[in-house]
Amino acid sequence: MSEAIDVDPIESKIWITLTINGSKNSYFVEQRLTLADFLRKEVGLVGTHLGCEHGSCGACTIIMDDKAVRSCLLLAVQADGASLETVEGLARDGAMTPLQEAFRAHHALQCGYCTSGILLSLVARLREGPIETEAEARESLSGNICRCTGYTGMVSALLSLSNSKSGDEEKQ
Amino acid sequence: MKPSRFTYHAPTDLDEVLALLAQYGDEAKILAGGQSLMPMLNFRLLAPAHLIDINRVSELRNYFLDDSGLNVLALVRHRELETSPEVELAFPILHEGLANIAHVQIRNRGTVCGSLAHADSAAELPSIMVALDARMNVRSQSSQRSVRAEEFFRFHLTSDLDASELLVSVDIPAMRTGTVGVFDEITRRKGDFALVGAAVVGTWDSDGRIQDCRIVCSGVAPTPLRLTEAEQFVSGTDLSEEVLVGVQQLVMESLEPTEDIHTSAEYRKKVTGVIIRRGLARLIDQRRDIHV
Repeated sequence: MSEAIDVDPIESKIWITLTINGSKNSYFVEQRLTLADFLRKEVGLVGTHLGCEHGSCGACTIIMDDKAVRSCLLLAVQADGASLETVEGLARDGAMTPLQEAFRAHHALQCGYCTSGILLSLVARLREGPIETEAEARESLSGNICRCTGYTGMVSALLSLSNSKSGDEEKQ
Repeated sequence: MKPSRFTYHAPTDLDEVLALLAQYGDEAKILAGGQSLMPMLNFRLLAPAHLIDINRVSELRNYFLDDSGLNVLALVRHRELETSPEVELAFPILHEGLANIAHVQIRNRGTVCGSLAHADSAAELPSIMVALDARMNVRSQSSQRSVRAEEFFRFHLTSDLDASELLVSVDIPAMRTGTVGVFDEITRRKGDFALVGAAVVGTWDSDGRIQDCRIVCSGVAPTPLRLTEAEQFVSGTDLSEEVLVGVQQLVMESLEPTEDIHTSAEYRKKVTGVIIRRGLARLIDQRRDIHV
């Protein structure tokens, strides 16, 4: 990320190269394009949703270089050289991740609009360690707004993950 | 496309940043964490002709902690300081303040210096910096100066920086032995802008009295507000129940907070008294912890 960037002064577009869900590509993007709009409109990954577009709601949360970030508060040009993970990168070959399965089993979504951002916030959080208490679950959800569920299903989904994990360990 | 058209600059060293600021000054904005700037660009509340992204300036990425204090450079993100055990040990009040800033997704990007330069009157860090008597290290292409936190914040969203200057780092002097401090705030929901916040710092002397107390509030005035009357009221006392009741009363009677759509001046006045009292009470707990 330290080399100078390649600006086209006439088109006000910049070449960026980044990795999205494991595949590396180059794109010629307008300087003022937000990362969220880039993902949706240029890359076609419309699983990243936009709610408030000022960082409050969390719908657009993705993972950039292992950290959960608001994609509406970044410019696409800032992601040059970065590695991004979006909701499209979670399920592989049609098989949902345990987190997604837990969401399904515990009715952790209704309309689903906020879900992709919530999943990505939680994926980043779960990499730092397990979520074992209701307080931890609620804290991990605090940066995302859901207007349907009241969060109860999400909290149970998260707790079921750590319960089944400790259950597995007991069996072993 | 949400933000207005601008020319994007991505300098890789500090000299280049200062040269761009010298050249474009008034027409430029610095993009660090972007957690306040990007919303303003998305809403077109701001439409700078030039955007100077300092995220590639690797020399601004570090912080340094030693016996004299903590030096935080312009690109250090909230989350980085918040998760440092050394910083938490040396500046528990700073750790507490950082943990209160918005949500982890915001703290992953937002920078300490960016928050200070943004100078939001409801923000956590400006009050904490005033309470800890921090100094802002400011540079332009032709000059360099150091500004006390108390003089740095001029108005809501207005700092002492001029258009050609960059807040390069902040210096927070080490907390002496016996010095304790807490930060607390009242929000409608976790992570929201604070209705009021209070940073409370003092030094326990060997006779069990609190000295040099600093009480600084956010969210009640256009800048961090030092409550000097309250500071004088508690300094030199043992923070007995009587003193705590007295200072709460004093704050509730003397404060004239701002009123906005989030809450009334009356409510702000009341809860400010409460969180200051609570904060001072916690200084007593911290004294037990350090065995002065």
